Amino acid sequence: MLTYVLKRVLQSALVLLVVGLVAFSMFRFVGDPIDNMLGQERTDADIARLRADLGLDQPFPVQYYKFLENAVQGDFGISFRQGRPVAEILVERAPATLELAAVSGFLAISIGIGLGVFTAIRKDGFLANMIMSVSLIGVSLPTFLIGILLIYLFSVELGWLPSFGRGEVVHIGWWSTGLLTASGLKALILPSITLGLYQMTLIMRLVRSEMLEVLRQDYVRFARARGLNERTVNFRHALKNTLVPVITVTGLQLGSIIAFAIITETVFQWPGVGLLFINAIQFVDIPVMAAYLMLISVMFVGINLIVDLLYFAIDPRLRTDGKGAH
Amino acid sequence: MSDTVLDIEGLSVHFPTRRKLFVAVNKANLAVEPGEIHGLVGESGAGKSTIGAAVMGLLERPGHIAEGTVSFKGEHISGRDADGMRALRGAKISMIFQDPLTSLNPLLTVEQQLVETIQFHLKLSDADSLTRAVALLDRVGIPDPSERIKQYPHQFSGGMRQRVVIALALCSEPDVIIADEPTTALDVSIQAQILELIKELARERQTGVILITHDMGVIADTTDKVTVMYQGKVVESGTTAQVLGAPTHEYTKSLIAAVPRPTLKVHRFPQLSYGGRQIAFHIDDLARNWERPEPSKSGTLLKVEGLTKTFLARNAIIPSRRKYFTAADKVSFDIREGEVFGIVGESGSGKSTVARMIATLYQTNGGKIFFDDEEITQLKTAKDLESYRRQIQMIFQDPFSSLNPRMRVDEIIAEPVKHHKLLEGDAIQHRVDELLERVGLGSDAGRKYPHEFSGGQRQRISIARALATQPRFLICDEPTSALDVSIQAQILNILKDLQEHLGLTMLFISHDLPVVRQMCDRVGVMRQGQMVEVADTETLFAAPKEAYTRELLSLMPKLEGLSTEGLEDEIV
Repeated sequence: MLTYVLKRVLQSALVLLVVGLVAFSMFRFVGDPIDNMLGQERTDADIARLRADLGLDQPFPVQYYKFLENAVQGDFGISFRQGRPVAEILVERAPATLELAAVSGFLAISIGIGLGVFTAIRKDGFLANMIMSVSLIGVSLPTFLIGILLIYLFSVELGWLPSFGRGEVVHIGWWSTGLLTASGLKALILPSITLGLYQMTLIMRLVRSEMLEVLRQDYVRFARARGLNERTVNFRHALKNTLVPVITVTGLQLGSIIAFAIITETVFQWPGVGLLFINAIQFVDIPVMAAYLMLISVMFVGINLIVDLLYFAIDPRLRTDGKGAH
Repeated sequence: MSDTVLDIEGLSVHFPTRRKLFVAVNKANLAVEPGEIHGLVGESGAGKSTIGAAVMGLLERPGHIAEGTVSFKGEHISGRDADGMRALRGAKISMIFQDPLTSLNPLLTVEQQLVETIQFHLKLSDADSLTRAVALLDRVGIPDPSERIKQYPHQFSGGMRQRVVIALALCSEPDVIIADEPTTALDVSIQAQILELIKELARERQTGVILITHDMGVIADTTDKVTVMYQGKVVESGTTAQVLGAPTHEYTKSLIAAVPRPTLKVHRFPQLSYGGRQIAFHIDDLARNWERPEPSKSGTLLKVEGLTKTFLARNAIIPSRRKYFTAADKVSFDIREGEVFGIVGESGSGKSTVARMIATLYQTNGGKIFFDDEEITQLKTAKDLESYRRQIQMIFQDPFSSLNPRMRVDEIIAEPVKHHKLLEGDAIQHRVDELLERVGLGSDAGRKYPHEFSGGQRQRISIARALATQPRFLICDEPTSALDVSIQAQILNILKDLQEHLGLTMLFISHDLPVVRQMCDRVGVMRQGQMVEVADTETLFAAPKEAYTRELLSLMPKLEGLSTEGLEDEIV
């Protein structure tokens, strides 16, 4: 168990190094930040001086090494555009994205699993079939379109909900939250639905097909034959077994919720790290881009590590080293 | 009828489908008394399990009871609604399923599953439930029950899991237990123990048991009464001795005639004549076109010496901490040209491992294989092995997973011919058609896909595929274990014919000793990866040398009371 965790952590570190390398090397092709930073009246000397100041005259491996060395210490450099430390900007922006991702992840998982179980148990019911048909919309429409449609309906036509921004936020220490004010909560509704809809329908369809498979298993039939009631059979025996494969996919999906937040944040002008990243790309703000990508990959890797550990918690067959069976 | 605990009268179960009505059970009668073990026997699709499901109120939709009644202690229960049935299920009538590996929830401990069921039915406190659960485990013969109850199902062996399943079925002292093929998935020795346990429980608690099985040996050794089913109808019913010893219905006769006997060796199995299932097998034509190679000079076609195979059981970074499992341990034997050599043993004894090494599907970890006096284990390149591989072909146990479902049957059979470049152009299709014709499927079968065939027909396709390269040596790994007894008789007849007319040499692997006795000239007994004893079949059955062989033979159902009608002409 411990060796397994250690192995996974080492693997994760390796993945992060590679991601960092790939991301960092790509930035050499996105454009020259100096162009944007200096105005029309620049001289060659200005350019060379700024280049040396920013360390951009160094060879690539040296730049990468410097970046890593500083990153491990929590220093991601200074934003070319804002002239402030990237770490500071990220800390300021991260709560917005994390709150959005957490709310839409929660919605996706709870509604997805709930509807999945419902449609599996009532396999041929009218309502279940309706839900399945409607869920196709969630799978097939692109995120930005859903966002725009929601804005049109609820903000423009009905005027119920705000179409952009976070609303009022409350600061608790360095964390800013929109969950404690009415306008903050209202502002959260549309973006979190937009962001979570795809994952929700995906989880729902996955849970449904897995659950149907599990309901056919002998141990479910045997549980019925012992006279246990439907609730115990469906939720204690069937659902837990359903979740084993669902967890993997859900874990990956949660990662992409954070990554896909870029689009939703752009549509709703949500002041999170995704919007920050889009702005950074337009300005070739390499430190911000690099930090963002590293942050996303840390989250992806972290979530996957948690998923693997969850396996251990749920499935006892993985906990024993092939012993037992005697 | 006052002492009848379960009475099924004129029960019909219908499954309406879009095209037509499928009658799974047709006016079946069956009565069980307390303490009686009532066997329900028949081939797959006969409706045995459907009766069990109907009694439990667990019919899969759209199946329903169309007519007839099920009475429990004189009270009609077939008309009850879902809640009414649930009050009976598990409480008064319990069920045991076939596969102990899948009938327990893998994510809950044995304790959680037992306590949950006990509390549901008996409404005991946590502590009392646990005490009762431990007592139940003790009763079904699980050693150290208070410790083992905390474990998960995967920590129990197959036989132990079936005991847990039985304990679960006993949670609330049921009056009737329906056991649906409770020992089919188990080894003979475990099967004997489980059947003994069921017998004890029936006697001790006066529980009525319906034992659903396709295995005549189980019926003969365990049941008091037996009901024979064929295509949804009860064809014969009576005491076990009477039905098996002097069957009156033609179907029962043909069924009993197809059962391989441990004590009698027959030349061919009488073909089931009932229900028009006679299938012609034209061996003579096939034999005429068969290219026979020169027989091997020494008379020994295959010889293995010290064959060893180990599998990694636990991986570790440090080599010394890795654990290995020895599946085959210095196995040696030889097979003469034209003989059928059998390997018997329980699951995990290494039978299939040896076969796969001979078929070069597994790399060996030691030992030598000689084929036609040439050392195969010395051949290094795939090209050198090609000729050997053409000459040995394999027939697998599971006729469902051993055929590619996305390939047409003629493609399946043509594939080995094309691979070895034996024929070209139209000649390939010609050989495929011929083989299909010869195994009794007809050349039209080539244009269908495997799922359109039954298990027995698929096994014929496997045989046709194995014969396509005109091999000298056929490896049959449990070729009939997944088949009904009448289909088994057909397939065994085909294999016997092939061996006789084509001069094939065969390695025949089985856990079923009566089958081995019918098929093999010599037998090797394997246990835990080692070859325990090798002897002529008749010698082995008459005078086994090793203690383990004697033990295996003693566990074999004797079937002495079985009628020999129809077998007279075939007894060797």
